[in-house]
Amino acid sequence: MQTFDLEAQGLRALNAALHALKGQTNMTAWEVVNPRGAHAIAAGVDALVDVTVRGSTGYYCAGMNKLATIRVKGSAGPGVAENMMSGTVIIDGDASQYAGATGRGGLLVIKGNASSRCGISMKGIDIVVHGSIGHMSAFMAQSGNLVVLGDAGDALGDSLYEARIFVRGRVKSLGADCIEKEMRDEHYAALEDLLRRGEADAKARPEEFRRYGSARKLYTFNIDNASSY
Amino acid sequence: MCGIVGLFLKDPSLEPKLGAMLSDMLITMTDRGPDSAGIAIYSGARDGIGKITVQSADPGRDFRNLDADLHDAIGQPVLMLEKSTHAVLEVPIDQLEAARSALGHLRPAVKIMSVGDSIEIFKEVGLPRDVSARFAVSKMKGTHGIGHTRMATESAVTTMGAHPFSTGPDQCLVHNGSLSNHNAVRRELRREGMSFETENDTEVAAAFISHKLRSGESLGAAMEATLTDLDGFFTFVVGTRNGFGVVRDPIACKPAVMAETDAYVAFGSEYRALVNLPGIEDARVWEPEPATVYFWER
Repeated sequence: MQTFDLEAQGLRALNAALHALKGQTNMTAWEVVNPRGAHAIAAGVDALVDVTVRGSTGYYCAGMNKLATIRVKGSAGPGVAENMMSGTVIIDGDASQYAGATGRGGLLVIKGNASSRCGISMKGIDIVVHGSIGHMSAFMAQSGNLVVLGDAGDALGDSLYEARIFVRGRVKSLGADCIEKEMRDEHYAALEDLLRRGEADAKARPEEFRRYGSARKLYTFNIDNASSY
Repeated sequence: MCGIVGLFLKDPSLEPKLGAMLSDMLITMTDRGPDSAGIAIYSGARDGIGKITVQSADPGRDFRNLDADLHDAIGQPVLMLEKSTHAVLEVPIDQLEAARSALGHLRPAVKIMSVGDSIEIFKEVGLPRDVSARFAVSKMKGTHGIGHTRMATESAVTTMGAHPFSTGPDQCLVHNGSLSNHNAVRRELRREGMSFETENDTEVAAAFISHKLRSGESLGAAMEATLTDLDGFFTFVVGTRNGFGVVRDPIACKPAVMAETDAYVAFGSEYRALVNLPGIEDARVWEPEPATVYFWER
């Protein structure tokens, strides 16, 4: 286990050390102490390593993550796991706005609540939120899955493309072109897998969720309407 | 950007440390606002005493004999405490308005930062660390306080453009964001008799709330009204003689974190601002909801 004191050694040294791990197979377990809400902790990691941050983080923790498993033993500030490519990011507490924004792959697990714009413009990432999410979540989401055990705020899935949204609780309102859709066997199976990987299978069953997706009226060119374009 | 910090103490034993805690929080927010910084500190009312905080670009000229001149003008004792470019003038509470109007004649170049029986406002251009040191913020005592670090986007980097803004007795407001309908609201408020020192959008928000309070509305109702009448991006933190409030616009893209323990309620633009507070590990920490008014009063 490599222990890194962020207050004593500084952010650039941490991220340089983590970036240098690309292609290596030793030093796979890291612990970051004294994060004190600092920005960009463990951003841009591209290695099969396990990083545990002991405390709360500021902006863009685990941004652009590839391959690594990054755990935050606290809450995360805005833009956690932004543009994640692969790997896993697990937040024990809450996440601030635009968690998982534009994420292309991997799994983001938030064990508390996420605030506004969770999964905005997501492009393939899977996000599992054990609590509730704020307004404008999954805005213009393109692909991937957003699973919410609690409630969703206003304008869920506004201008949605092909991402799938599963919510167990109440949805305050749906955004433009987002509709409820039937749960079929393939969705139950996908959700079962997501709940298991999201460490939420003991808290919720797939049958408790509703599915939301795109009505495909907003973004699809429709030949029947050609005269009005 | 801009950074906001705020602290409302519930435990009186922390009151001697208010300035030290607030100053530390303010300096942490330097990279959100290195242009200028300011604080409003509520140091507690004393029977019969009112306070006017004034600022001068030439304190050597304007503050010389100001206490004696003001004494002659109002016929009552005046105590002056100079702090760099600012001075706090203590006058009998029933002479506050007389003293205020006398100041306009005696020292036309002096700017009034705040008037009330508890509030003092200190603000200047420069790094938060330097502004805090200049006014010895870390030595100040009080019940609650609000600080702001400014990254100007909307009007000039000047002392008067720095926050907090005070537009009513013992009232102040700081802002992260920008308002788009401030010119129209300023015109309406001018018609209602409010006066303005700057072209700044935040001063309009402060005056909007002061006007509501003057009309007899509660702090909660006044803050609620900003959600319908002010257009733009905002996280506001508001101080009154007894209270401390927070409101964010419905889009809520300007960051905000709050923490509460038995000893205090704290506000920070980022969690970084809160990490040195006593007992923060066990505090209830949360992000204030959009379009929701929070306030605490003692």
